[in-house]
Amino acid sequence: MTKPWISLSGIGAFAVLLLGVAPFVLTDHWLNNLGKYCCWAIAAVGIGLAWGRGGMLVMGQGVFFALGAYSMAMHLTLETAGDRIPGFMVLYDPLAPLPAFWEPFRSAGFTLLAIVVLPVVLAGVLGYALFKRRVKGAYFAILTQALAVALAILISSTIRETGGDTGLSDFKYFFGYVLNDPANKLMVYLIAAGLLVVCLLAVWQLYRSRFGELLVATRDAEERVRFLGYDPANVKLVAFVVSALMASIGGAMFVPIVGIITPAEIGAAASIMMIAGVAFGGRASLFGPALGAMAVGWGQSSLGSTWPEGWTYILGLLFVVVILFLPNGLSSLPARIAAARRKPDPQPTPAAPAAAVLEEVRS
Amino acid sequence: MTGTSLVVTDLCVEFSGFVAVGGVSFDAHPGEVRFLIGPNGAGKTTCIDAITGLVKGTGSAKLGEKELLGRQVHRIVRLGVGRTFQTASVFDELTVLQNLDIAAGRHRSSTSLLRSRRGTDPSIELALEETGLTGELATPAGILSHGQKQWLEIAMLLVQDAKVLLLDEPVAGMSQDERTATGELLQRIAAKRIVVVVEHDMDFMRRYATRVTVLHQGRVLSQGTVAEVQADPRVQEVYLGTADAMTEG
Amino acid sequence: MHVDALIAPLLNGSAQGALLLLAALGLSLTFGQMGVINMAHGEFLMIGAFAAYLVQQVITASDLSIPVALPVAFVVAGLFGLLLEVTIIQWMYRRPLDTLLVTVGVGLILQQAALQIFPSQGVPVEKPGWLDGQLNILGYEWPLRQLFTILLATVCVAALSAWLKYTSFGRRIRATVHNRDLAETSGISTRTVDRLTFFTGSGLAGVAGVAASLIGGTNSQMGAQYIIPAFLVVAAGGIGQLKGTIIAAWAVGVALSYFAYWTTGSLAQVLAFILVIVFLQLRPQGLFTVRTRSLA
Repeated sequence: MTKPWISLSGIGAFAVLLLGVAPFVLTDHWLNNLGKYCCWAIAAVGIGLAWGRGGMLVMGQGVFFALGAYSMAMHLTLETAGDRIPGFMVLYDPLAPLPAFWEPFRSAGFTLLAIVVLPVVLAGVLGYALFKRRVKGAYFAILTQALAVALAILISSTIRETGGDTGLSDFKYFFGYVLNDPANKLMVYLIAAGLLVVCLLAVWQLYRSRFGELLVATRDAEERVRFLGYDPANVKLVAFVVSALMASIGGAMFVPIVGIITPAEIGAAASIMMIAGVAFGGRASLFGPALGAMAVGWGQSSLGSTWPEGWTYILGLLFVVVILFLPNGLSSLPARIAAARRKPDPQPTPAAPAAAVLEEVRS
Repeated sequence: MTGTSLVVTDLCVEFSGFVAVGGVSFDAHPGEVRFLIGPNGAGKTTCIDAITGLVKGTGSAKLGEKELLGRQVHRIVRLGVGRTFQTASVFDELTVLQNLDIAAGRHRSSTSLLRSRRGTDPSIELALEETGLTGELATPAGILSHGQKQWLEIAMLLVQDAKVLLLDEPVAGMSQDERTATGELLQRIAAKRIVVVVEHDMDFMRRYATRVTVLHQGRVLSQGTVAEVQADPRVQEVYLGTADAMTEG
Repeated sequence: MHVDALIAPLLNGSAQGALLLLAALGLSLTFGQMGVINMAHGEFLMIGAFAAYLVQQVITASDLSIPVALPVAFVVAGLFGLLLEVTIIQWMYRRPLDTLLVTVGVGLILQQAALQIFPSQGVPVEKPGWLDGQLNILGYEWPLRQLFTILLATVCVAALSAWLKYTSFGRRIRATVHNRDLAETSGISTRTVDRLTFFTGSGLAGVAGVAASLIGGTNSQMGAQYIIPAFLVVAAGGIGQLKGTIIAAWAVGVALSYFAYWTTGSLAQVLAFILVIVFLQLRPQGLFTVRTRSLA
């Protein structure tokens, strides 16, 4: 259909910028920040798949982000503590043993497995239950958000087991590497950036595959898809599980890069932030979610600390303005401008937006 | 009469106390264009909804030996029952080819779903030719004309290799030429498949129907060839006012 | 186990359910009748609570200020809702999921504004003296303000259902819900209906805010606590089903209360959420449904 090399070379250029250029031109501080944005971008790529292409507004990706992040954080905490009980646990109850569910996370292999398997299982069970019962639209959005709220509350209230509101932090080692070492920090960044590129490649292939077409068809006319002999629940389930996996991977890399994970990073507000980036960049496009998430992440960590009240207004306005006037995000802007130029007629014809959206879908 | 037949026996559909279909029986076979007609609210569309699993019905609807009622929608489709809707529902954002490709896809393995499309299925080319949409291959379905959308829907049923085609008002809103083309298309398709058409258009019915079932208030009022049905006084009574239109046209 | 050990969570839970019902009532109107998902509804509740605080600054006698604050909060929150409908929501009736996101943004802005206008730790809303007492129920000293919440919820439900059922405007709302095009062709201005429905729904959030200010703190974050539980209540009750919303709110309130009694407050919330999600698994359409043959 469309030339695959355009998107591929885009991903290539992106990879060169992230992996080849950024480490040489950015200071350690900004490289670390960029690594953090990459983690959000990984989760955003998944949201783009589930929401942009699949029409499932996932408002609780923080749940899956948390699965990856806390799996990783538990392992790094145990690695730092060595044979002893982690410090924060001793603080609350010096005599109690390590909670049983922490024990397997001593193993690096188990941790990596958990980062992949936990989100797949949870999203699989949840998605199967919801989609088979044809829960969709706002219900799905609210239920996923409710899960994020519930998980954040649960973590906040289990101080001894999860660190509560203060979260898990002070990691010294990352699978044997000393995290303070700049060379190792660069390695962690490169892993995160590399994973982002891999995720982009994965959705690129998904979007151009027959599955991608089927997903868009399911989004636009679920009932019709059912009358073609498919079970739309299965189609949506695959997209939802992949998006959950990506959120988990993003969360797992977030921990060694940022050095702390708290319930605030995974709750309702954090989940909504992830959506904001995707909406801003363009939910259904290939690069929109990742770039939008990086932009919002940058705003959050720079403006959010220097001018917090202004940042909240900007974030709020972002939702209102983008969704109201540019529902397909910034990435739909070029196509819209082109469509407007082709037709000087101020009256928008029904075909023009349809064509613009179509460009989106094909990219 | 060759091949399997669709046999509906004593079909009933109830919406919280309201009986929309109260014991309808009819059968349809390959080689004929079967029409379901009746005034508004007669239960024509509801019959199709029940056969395709969209609403819950009691009684029996058998395709060959297999009972359709009680199965999930997509399972009924996989047995070979396809349908269209009153308002053409195609995937507006996808091209004609992509629409057809999705319709053809249920026979594919799930791993092939992860690859992109290379070339066009022969069944798709055949369906495009049959429905005269060959030139619109790369057109987004959303900007097709109303008639073309209906044909695309029928083409989707063809590539889906449906044994039964249930068409809900396929010529509504079509021009006279488009109606003729659709009627001839249906007759060609019906040679090998079971075609059931729900229609309001009496002229269209008279020209292309092999056999007709007239529904009224959820029950079968009359059944038979066009001439037999038109001669039935009960039908004339129900269509009082439109009765003239039925005989003169 | 003493009798009051069982009766206390029941009574407390009923009051909590009544508060949830007040928060959900407006939602069930705007979501149920209009299909609009207003995530800023929680912030309208917050506006109601702050309105009660402001009324108390003018009328210092708290015995009097709360009865005055109720209609004031209704009108103020309602006007905010009307403003939202006119400026944003009226353009988005065909895009329900996007409405959800836009109103998330509106909620963020309102929260931040409240944080800057009022002290960040929140403001005190004084309880009127006539709510100070307790009522002895089978040995349990039940705070009167809980009874007040229940009464307030009852009055609001009665007023709302009477309004929908017996006034011509209520009939117009129901006609618009059932068939918008037909309603329009029969001379109903659906624009006016939409606006007034939204005003009323948002106003009810304001009333809920006054009730909430008498029970918990009044701060910029209070709305965010209520929005998800309120939505779950509406969903569990069934869309546009007032009686379903009432039963669901009460059930969730009582369940929360018993869970909190047996475990901890935060674990209770988690359990209640899970309970509702499991319930929606069993009955995706909620407690009560209207069967139609529509495709959606």
